[in-house]
Amino acid sequence: MNIKDRKRRLTQLVCALLYNCNFKGFPGGRIYQGKTKGVCVPGLNCYSCPGAVGSCPLGSFQSALASSKYRFNYYVLGILLLFGIILGRVVCGFLCPVGLIQELLYKLPTKKINKGKWSSLLSYFKYLILAIFVIAIPYVLHAPGFCKYICPAGTLEGGLTLTIANEKLRALVGGLFTWKIAVLVVILVSAVFVFRSFCRFLCPLGAIYSLFYKISICGVKVDEDKCVGCNKCVCECLMDVKYVGDRECVHCGECIGKCPTCAISYKK
Amino acid sequence: MIDMKKSKDRKIIFLRLFFLVVGALLVVAGVVNGGYTEVLNKAIRICYECIGIG
Repeated sequence: MNIKDRKRRLTQLVCALLYNCNFKGFPGGRIYQGKTKGVCVPGLNCYSCPGAVGSCPLGSFQSALASSKYRFNYYVLGILLLFGIILGRVVCGFLCPVGLIQELLYKLPTKKINKGKWSSLLSYFKYLILAIFVIAIPYVLHAPGFCKYICPAGTLEGGLTLTIANEKLRALVGGLFTWKIAVLVVILVSAVFVFRSFCRFLCPLGAIYSLFYKISICGVKVDEDKCVGCNKCVCECLMDVKYVGDRECVHCGECIGKCPTCAISYKK
Repeated sequence: MIDMKKSKDRKIIFLRLFFLVVGALLVVAGVVNGGYTEVLNKAIRICYECIGIG
């Protein structure tokens, strides 16, 4: 691991800790109730995690849509817009705890499944998840569809930690919890074999940020005067990118050191 | 060619500024009309759906 990778890994770790620094909440299974809970963090991080000191932007978005009082929460929409335009999918590469967990799991020494046409096609699936579980279900059925049926962050950070520490919650566990644990297990196991499988195929937050790929301020860029079109960056990338900095690019910067003509760099 | 690139860059800068201003205005409007409080009220209570209970 080179210095650049170490810096990124450190950023991911610091972010995960900062998002969840209410350490005293874990033993008793109690969530933080301070004012910072009203501020959304950029990455996918469940606000029902006992350690969470901020809100999940996706959870807040669904909650606003599901609520009968405020159908349109300008605050959450504005925050998502600002994160998207400033950071875009840099959030996925640097600031998301779920991305960090998946990258660590992928480091386990097993046979890996490489990207291909199948993964490129599946990468559109997250937009369907966004439309159905994040927008349609909350709006029509007044329930946070993604949080309720899919979100691995909610199950891992909130569900497991709270039910382990809190006996009353443990007594309420039922079929839905079993379903969510099964989804979590599938996501975690698949991450061992397929690089960032959840981010690539399922994550609606990544899908939202990917919409800003052409105009986001931060991220990697290619100097077209230096580029010789060898396509090494795309071939070596583990994500389903068609070119550096496209909607699938999480701006991890792995390609920077691999470019034979040093044409790739971070935007300044 | 260079003119086309410059025009494209200008368009991107304009869009960035536009969305930054819109985003900031939405956040301010959201704070004023109770959006922040709504997020806070949701986040300080355990979300049973999120953790797979309700």
